[in-house]
Amino acid sequence: MSLLGNPTVRVSGGIVLFIALVALLGPFLSPNDYLSTNFDELLSPPSFDGARFFGTDDLGRDLFVRTMLGIRVTLVVAIVASFVSLVIGVAYGAIAGFVGGRVDAAMMRVVDTLYALPFIFFVILLMVVFERNLLLIFVAIGAVNWLDMARIVRGQTLSLREREFVAAARLMGVSPARIVFRHIAPNLIGIVVVYVTLTIPQAILVESFLSFLGLGVQEPQTSLGALVDAGVNQMEGASWTLLIPGGLLALILMCFNFLGDGLRDVFDARHVS
Amino acid sequence: MLRYTLLRLLGAIPTLLLVIVLAFLMVHAAPGGPFDAERALPADVEANIARAYHLDEPLPQQFLRYLSGLLQGDLGPSFRYRDYTVNELIGAAFPLSLKLGAMAMALALVLGVSAGTAAALRQNSTLDRVVMAFAMTGISIPVFVVAPILVLFLAVKLQWLPAGWSSTTSASRLVLPVITLALPQIAYIARLTRASMIDVLSRDFIRTARAQGLGTMTVVRLHALKPAMLPVLSYMGPAIAAILTGSVVVEEIFGIPGLGQFFVRAAGNRDYTLVLGIVVFYATLIVLLNLVVDILYGVIDPRVRQR
Repeated sequence: MSLLGNPTVRVSGGIVLFIALVALLGPFLSPNDYLSTNFDELLSPPSFDGARFFGTDDLGRDLFVRTMLGIRVTLVVAIVASFVSLVIGVAYGAIAGFVGGRVDAAMMRVVDTLYALPFIFFVILLMVVFERNLLLIFVAIGAVNWLDMARIVRGQTLSLREREFVAAARLMGVSPARIVFRHIAPNLIGIVVVYVTLTIPQAILVESFLSFLGLGVQEPQTSLGALVDAGVNQMEGASWTLLIPGGLLALILMCFNFLGDGLRDVFDARHVS
Repeated sequence: MLRYTLLRLLGAIPTLLLVIVLAFLMVHAAPGGPFDAERALPADVEANIARAYHLDEPLPQQFLRYLSGLLQGDLGPSFRYRDYTVNELIGAAFPLSLKLGAMAMALALVLGVSAGTAAALRQNSTLDRVVMAFAMTGISIPVFVVAPILVLFLAVKLQWLPAGWSSTTSASRLVLPVITLALPQIAYIARLTRASMIDVLSRDFIRTARAQGLGTMTVVRLHALKPAMLPVLSYMGPAIAAILTGSVVVEEIFGIPGLGQFFVRAAGNRDYTLVLGIVVFYATLIVLLNLVVDILYGVIDPRVRQR
């Protein structure tokens, strides 16, 4: 059960932590800020002069600080969205699994129906129709991603419900709500952690997809998706504007996917190949 | 089989209805009307416009009108492209998207299944590791990062392939968009095929087939492939949805005048009826294709029909 004993978890988790730390502290160490434009330095390539580690964009803004800011926004959106989907998914799945019977069947029928919906188009619709704000993006992405969590938690709860310790708690007169929160929920933590780790890259993908289409985070704020979008327009003369944020986005997504796989190996012995 | 098909068909109706209701309500919950952004019109002109587009009716009546239009296959007029109906716009743009999507799906199936099978047959070999590393990369890098990077290197720097859509009329302009669209699906299908192929190859009936003296290729082709394809088949639904989503990005990046590009433009223009029409169209397409996948599943695996 040692988390750090698994090399996949150690390496991918380490990279994610490192990136998050640099994104958090980097902007304080740079003399530049994310807003000010400098018309003498339009699209200048990465260099150590003036601490332009990632170069500048078409308005002469410092891309290192902007990229760090973009990573922050991307990570925060992903983590909050995953938390929203965690709360909805665990509550829904645990109730369906614990109550069982007809309630369970009806609740899972709803999940099946929602599964067939092309959610991403609804998120786009939501962004078109309403004022674009970050909070809405969090909620929309979270509301999209809870289905898997609900299914997995329900399955796990169904099997936990039949175990002796739950029967014992019931015999002692513990209320159903207390059984769910004190006796069943703690046993769900392992599987929930794995699926939250796998939800984060999905949330990052949705956020950056929306920002890439210009429907997500708005200027002068930025995210990795918005930076890639801007980089695409400049790539012929200034390839770093695309390659750096694109590469970092891919690296972060890859690390979370590996982290999820590694955690699954640690928590769920059946999946070890 | 008929009973199974009919049951599946009935099951798709609530999903479709939910799609339409949700999309309709979202568009109508929008603050302000579709014509608000223009300069202030005289009150009676505004009333005329509202009447022409039936915006003066109560919401349930508008919904029933929209629904009855849908049942006749009519998605209504576009708010921004004044002289066109949503049907005409979709009809003009969709064939191109369909062509791209179908080619990408075919490529993904052929390459994904072959790579996955090859990896499964040589589990833990170098080939297996390379295929799996490629698959993880393909899953992790989003389409909108892969597409511009491929354009940058293959089209702008090396000039092997055309970068844009209008720069040529030759078939070579299809190569990059199709590859970009197919890449993540190749990766997913390769992973799925590998896992299920390894599982199937360890079963008793495969051992029996081998014991009869059949070669590896014959065993895979005649005995293992069909059962191993079941997880891939059930992934087809999500794959279709992913390719549709991906086509939005790919068409935008390569400047392809397909439905995805229309969708992004309509979203930017706040052309409510067009956005609503395309969402309903995409959703119906996905639900129907899922239905086809479900029925195919029943054809391949008779056990599913019993449930």
